[in-house]
Amino acid sequence: MEQVLANGLYLGAQYALIALGLTLIFSLMNVLNFAHGQMYVFGGFVTYTVVAQLGLPFIVGLILSGIVLGVMGALIEKYLFRPVIARSTREESTMLLAAGIAFFLDAVILLLFGEKQRGIPKIIDGVLNWDYRIIMPYDRILIGVLAIAAICIFIMYMQYSKTGRAMRALAQDRVAAELMGVDVKYYSMIGFALGAMLAGIVGGLLVSITGINLGMGGPASIKAFMMIMIGGAGIISGAIAGGFILGMMESVGLLVFAAYGDITYLMIFVSLIIFLAIRPHGLMGKPWG
Amino acid sequence: MNKRLFLKTAIAGILSVGLFSGVALAANETLKIGFVGVTSGPAAAWGISNQRSMETRAAWINETGGYKIGDKTYDIEIVAFDDQKDPKRAIAGMEKMAQEGIHYVVGPNVDDGAAAVRPVAEQNGIMYFPYAFPKSLYEAPASNAVLGMVANYQSGPAIYKYMKDEKGVKKVAFVAANESDPLSQRTGGVAAAKALGLEVVSDSVTYQVDTTDFTPVLLPVVRSKPDLLVLSGVSPANAPQLIRSARELGYTGLISTETAQDALVLKEGAGDLANGFISVGGASTPEIATDMMREFVERYTKMFGEYNDESNTKVYALEYILETLKADPAGITDAAAFKKIMDTFEAPNPYMKGDAVLKYVGMSSFGQKRQVAVPLVVNVYKDGAFETLFVAEVD
Repeated sequence: MEQVLANGLYLGAQYALIALGLTLIFSLMNVLNFAHGQMYVFGGFVTYTVVAQLGLPFIVGLILSGIVLGVMGALIEKYLFRPVIARSTREESTMLLAAGIAFFLDAVILLLFGEKQRGIPKIIDGVLNWDYRIIMPYDRILIGVLAIAAICIFIMYMQYSKTGRAMRALAQDRVAAELMGVDVKYYSMIGFALGAMLAGIVGGLLVSITGINLGMGGPASIKAFMMIMIGGAGIISGAIAGGFILGMMESVGLLVFAAYGDITYLMIFVSLIIFLAIRPHGLMGKPWG
Repeated sequence: MNKRLFLKTAIAGILSVGLFSGVALAANETLKIGFVGVTSGPAAAWGISNQRSMETRAAWINETGGYKIGDKTYDIEIVAFDDQKDPKRAIAGMEKMAQEGIHYVVGPNVDDGAAAVRPVAEQNGIMYFPYAFPKSLYEAPASNAVLGMVANYQSGPAIYKYMKDEKGVKKVAFVAANESDPLSQRTGGVAAAKALGLEVVSDSVTYQVDTTDFTPVLLPVVRSKPDLLVLSGVSPANAPQLIRSARELGYTGLISTETAQDALVLKEGAGDLANGFISVGGASTPEIATDMMREFVERYTKMFGEYNDESNTKVYALEYILETLKADPAGITDAAAFKKIMDTFEAPNPYMKGDAVLKYVGMSSFGQKRQVAVPLVVNVYKDGAFETLFVAEVD
């Protein structure tokens, strides 16, 4: 059971980090960013290029993944989402735009990085073996710790910085925030950039463990949406809770249902359907949005 | 030069270039050969090695004056379609081939795609060369599909027998992705292992192809303490992650698969942990490769910057198609003529030393000759490259 808990925590940390960026963008702009998974893949490929192709240290690749995706997110918000939101009040306009960006990024990734699975060497060798009760490679522990550290930094940034407070105000009431002098356009762009940056960082972190390939974007987005549905869309703490809950369900399910074939995700989806029927706004979301 | 003279010269130049290029194009007719397979996503390496092998060989043929079939010489054009491992797209791809008047298609790479395109191929007189294993595609009444490689139910027993006899394997565990190909390969593998008298200690664990952490997946498998862990139908993207997780969980036994893998992907994804991993390899090992095979590898590497050992097998499909058409040129527009000559067809194998011939096999497995004869090469991965473990033949 210790191993299952350790696996669940590790999975939960990486899932929560994926979901954070998605929920941040949703809370600030009411945009379902279907391209979030592709941003994660792009971040992974940036780290791969920096580390495996250019031979630079992993931390440089990770920082560059964050910066590249942050800049990409800011540009996407400023030149794509902002004009569409200004001209259209229909929510599906932004959804279609997000889906279009996902396809576009898939094509860009294919052109820039190719179609093959890519990976980088282990960043630390060795395995923690606690009396065969918990077996966890050191690189997974490091990535888990870095993911949790990134979550903590993000929460503190949102809680205590001027930008974080402005974004929280924006998320609570866009009109009131504007009336109080918050530069809505600027902070929307910063928020989108931050969400994309988180996707890039998690892609960079996981390329050292799972590798990266073009096809990983879609499934990553689906899991991220599941997490924010569990926790409550647009709620930071909900995304974190959703990530850890999904990670733990996956870890426990894979052990408990091992003898019955791959029914873990079937059970998770069934549970999610029942849960949403009872509580459609998720664990921490509010019925009014 | 005044403006009018310049314009006259330019127009004359353009016309003459067009005329001469027209003459050059008219020299050889074009024979289109299709490829419908997966060239993106986790299994991309399988289809990419197909497409690149075909493009390399086609460019080589065209560069050296074309391919003579009957009294005509043809330039070869490869028309490729990425089905993204999606049966619906595979059907769309085969329909595109039919619309372009193509009668010979290599692919698809996976079971459900190959099964899905069957009606389109049969209705449009297309012979196709899948890298997929359902026997129904190759057994009568089906007759348009020709298996392009050695099937898992042919390679599996050979690999397990080798493991049992040479490595003392007694207990075996299977793990497969929750998809039709890997699951059917697992079923075949379990049956083959049991038939050899091996104890199957785990055969129910499966995983999603988008899994990002295989530790929880492999935990119950490793606890069953197998001597051999079989990754049934594993894609090149998942193989390094599974190997890495198994080793990190303390598994020290053998790991194998009946699918082809990419050494570079293994090196990047699992590094030294992949050493000792056994997989089905390309059909021309250094010991049996001819100069032509070596030139093919050189040309491929020059064209694409890297080489995949699996292309030693994938190079054969196009060669079989062209050589069979050479044996009866009527096959260019008539698949029935192609089928007719398959039973007796034989031609020298340009990629293997000795007396090896290109011929169609499959009587034992399918009751009719619907498989290309390529040697079964089983490889072991070591330090970024594959080494030949053993070579066998399939009837």
